[in-house]
Amino acid sequence: MAKVIVVTSGKGGVGKTTSTAALGAALAQRNEKTVVVDFDVGLRNLDLVMGAERRVVYDLVNVIQGDAKLPQALIRDKRLETLFLLPASQTRDKDSLTPEGVEKVMGELKKHFDWIICDSPAGIERGATLAMRHADIAVIVTNPEVSSVRDSDRIIGLLDAKTERAERGERVEKHLLLTRYDQVRAERGDMLKVDDVLEILSIPLVGIVPESTDVLKASNLGAPVTLADSRSAPALAYLDAARRIAGETVPMTIPGEKRGFLGKLFGRRAA
Amino acid sequence: MSIFRFFSKQTSAPTARERLQVLLAHERASVGHSDLVAKLREEILAVIAKHVQVDGDKVTVKMDRGENVSTLEVDIEIPLNAVRAA
Repeated sequence: MAKVIVVTSGKGGVGKTTSTAALGAALAQRNEKTVVVDFDVGLRNLDLVMGAERRVVYDLVNVIQGDAKLPQALIRDKRLETLFLLPASQTRDKDSLTPEGVEKVMGELKKHFDWIICDSPAGIERGATLAMRHADIAVIVTNPEVSSVRDSDRIIGLLDAKTERAERGERVEKHLLLTRYDQVRAERGDMLKVDDVLEILSIPLVGIVPESTDVLKASNLGAPVTLADSRSAPALAYLDAARRIAGETVPMTIPGEKRGFLGKLFGRRAA
Repeated sequence: MSIFRFFSKQTSAPTARERLQVLLAHERASVGHSDLVAKLREEILAVIAKHVQVDGDKVTVKMDRGENVSTLEVDIEIPLNAVRAA
């Protein structure tokens, strides 16, 4: 049975696209057929983060408008043969996404894939509501920072009201993915802690991704974080998060917490 | 807990946490229907305008959303000759 995941946040720049690419690659590495779909029409970037920007011929809007067939628009990843990308249109505006069109494309994707991961645009307008519309699972990407937490709260409200599942009286499975987390600053009291954010948003935690230079490095290279260096701290966090999404029980670790007594007393290792 | 924290000055995360808790309590309560305090402000002003000619510049409205109680402070200057003939 295909599962539809929306990666969403409300606020921009918190790591939706990075997380979509990393989780998509991590799920595909489990040998499950995965497609990442960019819903950010007009400002596509998932192609760039996936390293497929030079291979885009057709996009989501072309498929919706019947200019291309779905298999023509899907781009197979060069590193993982179970991973595909459906890019967004760069030239059209967001109004070219229609509810009927998106429903048709999602229905077709469900026949061919195990996981469909929708990368939502920022905001709460059409692109964002259509990206979450068909979701079974929502990954809410949040930074430990006041405006991001507030916007996530708003998005959680929308997930409970404007999705197909909500309208059928069912629930979208919601997961909090905390990104750009800095354990040292949180311990010092200058950043919201994991427990603070969890208590405020009261949804279950699926992963804690540390602030790391590896994320920028991966996007420079055009590789999902989990493929660029699968042993880096953010990659490990995303790989664990993907296993949890797939239903495995994996103990939660807070990145950067493995310091002993001496480490705590005498300064902190730069991660 | 680090021994540094003991000596360090006030931290900012607890403030962030408190501000969010208060703000979200209000935003969650006002989903679907508009904010009660904002509505009260508008209606109170409308009632006063019925009887008194209110000069927009002479009206100060202050709102403070607190954890358990919110306060609405409406300060209106009413000149002697402003009373409308009713």
